Amino acid sequence: MKDHWRTTWTHMRRTPYQALAAILIMFLTFLISMVFVLTAGGFQIVLRYFETRPQVTAFLKDEATSSQVDAIKAKLAQTGKVKEVRYVSKEEALSIYREQNKNDPLLLEMVTANILPASLEVSTEGLTHLNEVAQILRDEQAVEEVIFQEDVVKTLDQWTKNIRRIGLGLMGFFGLVSILIILVIIGMKITLRKDEIEILQLLGASRWYIRVPFVLEGLFYGAVGAFLAWGIIYLLLLYLTSFILSFFQGISLLPVSPIFMLILLGTELIAGIVIGSLGSLLAVKRYLK
Amino acid sequence: MVKFENVTKSFGTITALDRVSFKIEKGEFVFVIGPSGAGKSTLIKLILKEYLPTEGTIQVDEVNLNEIPKKKIAEYRQKIGVVFQDFKLLGDGTVFENVALALRVLGKKPDEIEKKVATILDLVGLKDRAPFFPSQLSGGELQRVCLARAVVAEPDIILADEPTGNLDLGTGREIVELLKKINSTGKTVIMATHNFEIVNLLSQRVIELDKGKVISDQKKGKYHLK
Repeated sequence: MKDHWRTTWTHMRRTPYQALAAILIMFLTFLISMVFVLTAGGFQIVLRYFETRPQVTAFLKDEATSSQVDAIKAKLAQTGKVKEVRYVSKEEALSIYREQNKNDPLLLEMVTANILPASLEVSTEGLTHLNEVAQILRDEQAVEEVIFQEDVVKTLDQWTKNIRRIGLGLMGFFGLVSILIILVIIGMKITLRKDEIEILQLLGASRWYIRVPFVLEGLFYGAVGAFLAWGIIYLLLLYLTSFILSFFQGISLLPVSPIFMLILLGTELIAGIVIGSLGSLLAVKRYLK
Repeated sequence: MVKFENVTKSFGTITALDRVSFKIEKGEFVFVIGPSGAGKSTLIKLILKEYLPTEGTIQVDEVNLNEIPKKKIAEYRQKIGVVFQDFKLLGDGTVFENVALALRVLGKKPDEIEKKVATILDLVGLKDRAPFFPSQLSGGELQRVCLARAVVAEPDIILADEPTGNLDLGTGREIVELLKKINSTGKTVIMATHNFEIVNLLSQRVIELDKGKVISDQKKGKYHLK
């Protein structure tokens, strides 16, 4: 095997621009793949964050009694579609308001607990139950107004699905382009080394003895391209951590677990090796008959 | 042993070899002679299984070449050493690397390769040329590298296709003397040539071809220009 790797290295050294082109295309494929994998993963976390937040808020009338509130809670529990119901008193509403506007003293003046309504914050088991739960609350006499984040969550859900679809499509497309480019580059190298291959055949070299260095070359391009893409993405993630965290305040998107990144590296390396080897195997099959 | 039985090789309408039959015993030194286009190179390529005969059978060491499957050709060729007129050396490999290639394809270990290549380069008088590249060598030296590569793996049969074709008489003589030396170790040597001076220098078996046919097969033959 050492002998084959030495031959592979010689092949690459003699045509460095072709080797660079192959590595760059593999790098681009894996860079795009990783951007989409991480974006889709990020969106999934954001979506989960919104799903775990109270999705329906029912503001109660000032005259609502605690027995009415208990009755609403019981009614919601009976549907089996509600995960959690939390009562937020006027005082709690005031402290939330103060916390949210602590940097704006003007907004804090004149606001007392009396002008803020008490509310019920409801989390449902799934997004499909939002409308039904909101309707139950609207029908209650003690409820003044019902708001829910159906659109936000639905949009996020749609975005996540679209990113996954576009990502998979682009990954497939670039994967195919990579295989074709490796095929063309290795094919060119085989053509360039026609005389050497003929000599090897006349000396009694087996088919695999001739083929292995070319297959290893494709494998090398795939692995190096994947590793470079992973390295660049990891560095970018580290560099952009503070920006991303300030943008998605309250959502624990980062830091990405090192174990997850290692799993991603492993997966990318395997994919790189498979794509590179596949491209070169096709070239070897096509040009080395 | 190499045995041709009514071997015909045609390329479209051109018949390169026409019902050729002969038998070469193990350890023989045979010249295959004839003018250009007589079929000498075709004969060598048939033995090397670069070509398949159109008709007839070729046997090498009791093995019918027609029956060797594609996958086993490499294995078969490992038993044969070939010297080419155009050398067929790797331009970007040193003398050592070119000779070592014949052993590398057999999967020999590096220390064994080093030892054997050094011995064979010594035999052909190129020990000091080991780190040189083909572009730095003379024609005679290139042919000796080719010869070293052909014999380093100790094959049973050595095929030489016009090995003196690009060389002057003196250098050509050196090459043939080396081939004779190798033959004296029990190896079969089949040399295709149209160089009558070289053939007449050694009193060896001569198979003469003309227009694809064997016109004479002499034990201690001579080559007479017509």
